[in-house]
Amino acid sequence: MGKTILMVDDSASVRQMVGMTLKQAGYTVVEACDGREALQKATASRVDAVITDLNMPGMDGLSFIRQYRATPASNGVPIVFLTTESDEGLKAQAKQAGATGWMVKPFKPDQLLAVMRKVAGA
Amino acid sequence: MSELDPADVFRQEANELIETLEQALLDLEKRPDDRELVGLAFRALHTLKGSGAMFGFTAVSEFIHEFETAFDRVRKGEAAADRRLIAAALEARDHVAHLIEDPDCDPKRGEAILAALKVAVSGEAAPAATSAPNAPAAGIDATSQAQPAGAGWHVRFRLPADALTLGTNPLLLLDELRGLGPCEVVALAGEVPTLDRIEPQQCYLAWDVTLRADVAKDAVDDVFLFVRDDMELSIEPLAADAADVPGAPAALPAMAESPKPAAPAPAAEPQTAQRPAAKAAAGGTERGAGAKVERNATLRVPAERLDELMDRVGELVIAQARLSQLAETIHDASLINVAEEIERLTASLRDTTMGTRMVPIGSLFGRFRRLVHDLSEDLGKPISFVTEGEDTELDKTVIEQLADPLVHLIRNSVDHGLENPDRRAEAGKPATGTLRLSASHRGAEVAIAVSDDGAGLNAERIRRRAEEAGLLAAGQAISEGELNRMIFQPGFSTAAQVTALSGRGVGMDVVKKTIDGLRGSIDVDTLPGKGTTVTLRLPLTLAIIDGLLVRVGDDRYTIPLAAVEECLELPTGVDKDARGRSFLNLRGELVPFLKLRGLFQTEGEPDPYQKVVVVSSDSMRVGLVVDQIIGNNQTVIKQLSRLHSGLKTFSGATILGDGTVALILDVMHLVGFGQKLEERRRAETLGRAA
Repeated sequence: MGKTILMVDDSASVRQMVGMTLKQAGYTVVEACDGREALQKATASRVDAVITDLNMPGMDGLSFIRQYRATPASNGVPIVFLTTESDEGLKAQAKQAGATGWMVKPFKPDQLLAVMRKVAGA
Repeated sequence: MSELDPADVFRQEANELIETLEQALLDLEKRPDDRELVGLAFRALHTLKGSGAMFGFTAVSEFIHEFETAFDRVRKGEAAADRRLIAAALEARDHVAHLIEDPDCDPKRGEAILAALKVAVSGEAAPAATSAPNAPAAGIDATSQAQPAGAGWHVRFRLPADALTLGTNPLLLLDELRGLGPCEVVALAGEVPTLDRIEPQQCYLAWDVTLRADVAKDAVDDVFLFVRDDMELSIEPLAADAADVPGAPAALPAMAESPKPAAPAPAAEPQTAQRPAAKAAAGGTERGAGAKVERNATLRVPAERLDELMDRVGELVIAQARLSQLAETIHDASLINVAEEIERLTASLRDTTMGTRMVPIGSLFGRFRRLVHDLSEDLGKPISFVTEGEDTELDKTVIEQLADPLVHLIRNSVDHGLENPDRRAEAGKPATGTLRLSASHRGAEVAIAVSDDGAGLNAERIRRRAEEAGLLAAGQAISEGELNRMIFQPGFSTAAQVTALSGRGVGMDVVKKTIDGLRGSIDVDTLPGKGTTVTLRLPLTLAIIDGLLVRVGDDRYTIPLAAVEECLELPTGVDKDARGRSFLNLRGELVPFLKLRGLFQTEGEPDPYQKVVVVSSDSMRVGLVVDQIIGNNQTVIKQLSRLHSGLKTFSGATILGDGTVALILDVMHLVGFGQKLEERRRAETLGRAA
């Protein structure tokens, strides 16, 4: 049984690309299109890792991370956020909010899998 | 949707985003101060850039990056969203749409648009703010200069306190290091607080890893990419000479404690257990006579002194159980501390003492060499006798009792198993038969196997004999294993003739009796024409066993845990039989059960919900109905006094933590008793049917 990963992005294409890559590697993928949906899905059932975009309509990535970390469901769940620029300030904010790691967009499937293996295991 | 071509999905999405961008820009023209609109436009750009790059629309993504950089000034309030800017931005938006349709179009146009846009936001170009859009994603960062690597790296790290909660898994970090090359990992447990102060979600351990692989420092560094910021981390090259000293402390001020080796395992293995004794003996010689010190000095000790020591240790285990129980009730922290300390010491003393009673089985094997030689001469069968695992150790008392059964098994193999040289030649086997005697550890048991490459058991003949002897009803279905085990029934022999050695049917039942007495079991494997293997499985020791403590009325009893198959609740309605015996339907199989209350004539009210402990012996099962199942306990076996030795139901007694005595149930006997009930039931059913 593969690990369950919650993928949060408002872009359907990114969700699809990430979803396909992860599914091929044996992970189970749950998708959400903004922070609000993600929060609901992440707290409704246990996920093994979360990948989230920061820039999203509705609830953005930072608020999602903060609110999710405030729930006990997030204990020990790694959160990787996606960012387009390697903005140190943003990284610091996200880490402050409780993110575990980050990935710079654009990324290749191999890089995504490497990061997932790093935070969630195979 | 997930089946579509990703590029199509992107194009579709991009069109929506471009539309959003356009709407936002147009609205912005009317309401230049609406921050919401600026944010909307910016977000659309941002998403376009991110997904564009991911789906190979590099030109789009590079163009938008510049677009975004320029527009960022608007977002930061450094430039006003005036008409000129909106016009330039709309032109840029058109170019984005164009780029998506035709990624290879002339870049000049894009440059011109960008230049106009830059002028519009302030006239200043802002390339300085350009952060490389194609910066490698995390984890694969290899741009920084690679350092020369030596024999490997010495890595020490301690995670930030909240790392576990925030999803960092140190095991994965260690796995990743191992992925780089062979690692020696030592956990530094010096900062682990006492139980009352420990935060369950906090990581107190630090790790000391010696990585022996020729990898770049960056590769090691990348492992810690996500946690690097707040953690203590040192990565130092492994000096070529230091490579031989695993865990050589690198004297970090923050982590000054030197790595502790893993606590020595309790002397469970008999081999290690013997070493202290040898050492003590060596020390004695040194001090006593001042003569030469012998390395492998051993000490001869009268066997009964060892037995006495084991007795004392048994008493100590019991006393310690009482102390632990007392400490629990008094609830005094310091007393509990001492009690736990004593518990640990007692356990290791027990293991060491049991170890001193262990004798290698080789001493026994030696005796059989002569036996096989003589048998070979007498029967005219050349035999090569092979022994294996002579250093397997077993409790002295067990070994003593094994001699007779093994003699019988070897005789049986040579006489019945191995064929005459002529017959072997016919079967295409070498003239010399092989008899193999081997011993090995299997968990808490020792397996001793006698195997031959002879003719194998003759299932048909066994069945015929069994039916003749009335052990088996004609045509009764029976498993192969059960049929093979028939040879251990008293008076059973399939040899066509009685020879000087075997065939009288005495012998194999002796094997069974002895092994049962040692709480062991027998397995027979046979392949017609290939040979037979008889495996005896014996517990390592007879002095202390794991038991299951149960309660019947006010009394407690211990059942050897090895015999317990399962525990369940007695279904209501099956206990009609007032004579204290009945049958239980266990997944379609009838298992007789004995109500211990009836058997022991216990008085008082039984518990409303009775439990059944299903025990087995020789693949026969019987359920024992008890009032309560209390749990596992270390059972120090005490022999019953002479007066009580005639009791068949109990094999011994033990003393519990509160000082009371619990009798140990003799499972073999009870199973036999239960099977007799089963037989009587069958007879009754047959009688009724007739």
